[in-house]
Amino acid sequence: MPTTYQVLRGPEHFLPPAAAMMGIRLPDPGQAHIHGSIVNEEEAMEVAARRFLSAKVPTIFPGPLVLWAWNEKAAGKAKAVRHLYETVKECVTPSQQAMLIPMPDYRPKYPKINPEIEINPNHPNLTIWHNRIDTCMFVGVHCHQANLSLKIIRGGTYCYTIAMCAQAGHEDAMLSFRDATAEKIMRLADWVKKLKGSVEPPKD
Amino acid sequence: MATQTVIGTQNKVGQTIADPWKMMHEADRTPCFFTGSEVIKEAIRRANCDVMIAYPITPQSEAAALIGELFAEGYIGDYFRGESEFAVMSECAGAAFGGARVFTTTAGPGTMRAMENFPMWAGARLPIQMIVTCRGINSPLSIQPDTLEISYLLNTGMLVWHAETAQDFFDWILKGYMVSEEPDVHLPLALCCDGFFVTHTKDVVNLTPADMCLPPYDPYRSPVPCMDMECPPVRMMRDPFVMKSNYISYATHASWQQEVWAAVERSRKHTIRWLDGMVEVDNPDADILIVASGTAVSQGREAKAVLEEDGIDLGIVKVKSLRPWPEEEIREATKHAKHIIVPEFNVTGWLAKEIRATIPNPDRVYAGPHVCGGMTMPPEIIAADIKKLLGIKAESLAGRGS
Repeated sequence: MPTTYQVLRGPEHFLPPAAAMMGIRLPDPGQAHIHGSIVNEEEAMEVAARRFLSAKVPTIFPGPLVLWAWNEKAAGKAKAVRHLYETVKECVTPSQQAMLIPMPDYRPKYPKINPEIEINPNHPNLTIWHNRIDTCMFVGVHCHQANLSLKIIRGGTYCYTIAMCAQAGHEDAMLSFRDATAEKIMRLADWVKKLKGSVEPPKD
Repeated sequence: MATQTVIGTQNKVGQTIADPWKMMHEADRTPCFFTGSEVIKEAIRRANCDVMIAYPITPQSEAAALIGELFAEGYIGDYFRGESEFAVMSECAGAAFGGARVFTTTAGPGTMRAMENFPMWAGARLPIQMIVTCRGINSPLSIQPDTLEISYLLNTGMLVWHAETAQDFFDWILKGYMVSEEPDVHLPLALCCDGFFVTHTKDVVNLTPADMCLPPYDPYRSPVPCMDMECPPVRMMRDPFVMKSNYISYATHASWQQEVWAAVERSRKHTIRWLDGMVEVDNPDADILIVASGTAVSQGREAKAVLEEDGIDLGIVKVKSLRPWPEEEIREATKHAKHIIVPEFNVTGWLAKEIRATIPNPDRVYAGPHVCGGMTMPPEIIAADIKKLLGIKAESLAGRGS
């Protein structure tokens, strides 16, 4: 069904809809989506890298699937995530603050979460607001929990959301990759490096 | 365990784990003359199921008992009986939380008794498959076919398919696991049929080879972690959001519900691929269309043959999936129709209501004929209602046999 709905940064609504219910479809292998439109993966790589480089607080949220070394692939992805974070940190200007904030588990922690040091899928907006995060990437978060968070973030914050999903991708992110591997995460880091200096940093 | 790595290997009973698409579409088929219940057993034999839980009093199908035989033969990892339908469905949840491929059956009052579990399954993203061999649900007690219980399942967040024939049943049980276990879907499936008509009658069904089976369920592709008492949804059941009176907890719960229905929506593309479309359309250019699901489709086909003898041209739309609901397909299939006839085996006409809410000019929908409580639906009564609608005199069947 053709749709006019676009997955854009918020704050969108008191309760924003699930993008899938608005006709947004997930990409097929080799593709990604930007704002709900299907694009090839390389185009999305470039756009994601530009988003990191133009953000005041570009942030990566690694979830349990990459935080715990439960198999070799997970350990490999964890290294790649760390490399991406280091690359973003290296490539932004001193006025920008790259962050790596973990989502170690999904236990509801309201109202006592420390939003400075962790993010939780049930109230991700607290971490976004507290740290003034304007671009973030989810990686290694179980799909259901990632979608919960992405909708809440879109509903109440101005943050631009990117999903690096190991399965089929996320319509509720503004930009989503699918079938994430360590190699794909490293490729995104390469894009960040390649575009260093060519993207205007944010104005104060 | 990656699915690709196990294909071609053998499971513990020596079946070869097959590429599911090839198994369903390319493997040789052997015609067999079986009851619907026996067909359920044969599908489960090939489904690489870990756990089957039964409440065997349900008289609508012998499937639960027959699958017990499969357990004895080693095809099912574990098999046991619950103390009630509610217990069965709760135990199914436990097994699925633990990462097992789960199968169960129910019908009628059993479905209603277990109802609380179904939105819980969906909310917990458990891809359990439940066969619903529909029967009457109200007092006075009836064990005869009646599809009213399907209407209660439509808003649980489960996928709901309605099989017409035993062949549908065989194929859809196997394909159902492939759709419901997709990580972007990962929802339970209620695979419904009209009890007795499908379960107890014999039909020729083309079966895939018994020495081939589906790949095992891979819980590591689940969109939620396997059971962990500290994490939602288990933590939510113990420490539910409803206990927390603040905006954040409400917003989380709302987002959670939205995600379940988003997953139903995502199942659309997989359902279309595996079921070869969510509807099947025969003669869509006809002025008069029968739109039906389950065995009402078969009766509609018979009515078409009856009316063709009188020179009345009729089209048929078979609705295979009720959730996801084939909104666009039904709009497209009915766009030329002047009269849309919706015969149903239930008193409320839930399918007609769904169709009315879907199409432009809903006055075109004729909700009927309806039979229920175990009545059959002779094709002549569908033909008679259509004739009446067209202003043609039709013989009443009410006094037949007097």
